[in-house]
Amino acid sequence: MSYYFAIIGTKDNPLFEHEFGTSKQGGDGIARFRDEARHMNQFIVHSSLDIVEEVQWGSGQMYLKTIDRYHNNHISCYLTAGNVKFLLLLSPDTHPAAYTASSNTQRPSSAALARQTSSSLAANPTAPQTEEAIRLFFTEVYDAWVKNLMNPFYLLNAPVRSPVFRGRVMAAGKKYL
Amino acid sequence: MSISQQPKAASNVLQQQLQQAPPSGGLRYPSSKKTIYDRNLNRTRTSELSRASFAYLFIEMISYAQKRAPSVSDLEKRLNASGYPLGLKLLDLLIYREPPRSALRPTRILALLQFVHTTLWKHLFGRPADALELSNNSPAEYMITDNEPLVNAYISIPKEMSQLNCAAYVAGIIEGVCDGAGFVTESVTAHWAEGEDIWPGKTIFLIKFKPEVIEREGILKGGTS
Repeated sequence: MSYYFAIIGTKDNPLFEHEFGTSKQGGDGIARFRDEARHMNQFIVHSSLDIVEEVQWGSGQMYLKTIDRYHNNHISCYLTAGNVKFLLLLSPDTHPAAYTASSNTQRPSSAALARQTSSSLAANPTAPQTEEAIRLFFTEVYDAWVKNLMNPFYLLNAPVRSPVFRGRVMAAGKKYL
Repeated sequence: MSISQQPKAASNVLQQQLQQAPPSGGLRYPSSKKTIYDRNLNRTRTSELSRASFAYLFIEMISYAQKRAPSVSDLEKRLNASGYPLGLKLLDLLIYREPPRSALRPTRILALLQFVHTTLWKHLFGRPADALELSNNSPAEYMITDNEPLVNAYISIPKEMSQLNCAAYVAGIIEGVCDGAGFVTESVTAHWAEGEDIWPGKTIFLIKFKPEVIEREGILKGGTS
């Protein structure tokens, strides 16, 4: 599974982007998007903003779960109190054989690891375990986001450049996804 | 002799400090290695601030704005603008601090105003506001009343500026909260209550929402009932 995470400001402007791969089931945390998929990810996430606006006022929940899908990509959304959108695109790997082979060479014990963690994050994006894992990921990012907001020099809708913030997002991705 | 030694000692201390600072850190990382991301967001018990230092800062803010403002309304606008970003940020912080079950984004006007009236006021002033009313004039106007605004506690208004209410700063915070939550406001203004004997400092915050907010509220009301 590969992930594309984006934070979108209140004026539909991108504030932060991050790509990563799964760290569960022996994954090495590196995104495996095909080259042509990289720019498509931005389009797919951008088009799902329309759906966010549709469901935004339906409930006060912050985690809106999976809101959109495009081919086999699934988009999950988390809406902060200040109406900043966290969007996460999940893309199942297209070549699972090549993927396990490469991770096997890096980590000999990945097969054993996969057996241990397979229950925590299912391979398909629609499973309830995935939903819960994404919720935990978003909650952790939201924590970092509020801290980022508390910076008196940070203005709303400004791009986030802090390497510490990026580190927090990476750590959350590694922990849960 | 001793005079010439002192600056030398001082420069030695400075050099030591420079050597201790991490070479790659620069200004981004504090010397304690604790960035803003390492702090806890839930320090509610020890978060009370000294009223005297607030009053001192606030008075400096007013005189800063006053030097640049040609009129009373402009001065209020400047105070409002300095409170606005605070509101945007407090919205996220206070909702983050709510217990997880009730940490919901306000999606209806009443929920939002309750949040301002209770949660925001308690955070800022240690007590809820005194009243929350719908205006008689228009369904888009709401009023929050504070009998004794803390920000005005040490401020006396000169006669020629009797219209000025420095609680415009608080109005700016309210405006930031409303706008941040997606309830776009026409304006939020602070007014003195007229004909008030018991509470001479009574202030009314008039919140005017834009028509599209009222329209959306109507649709939401129809959808759920």
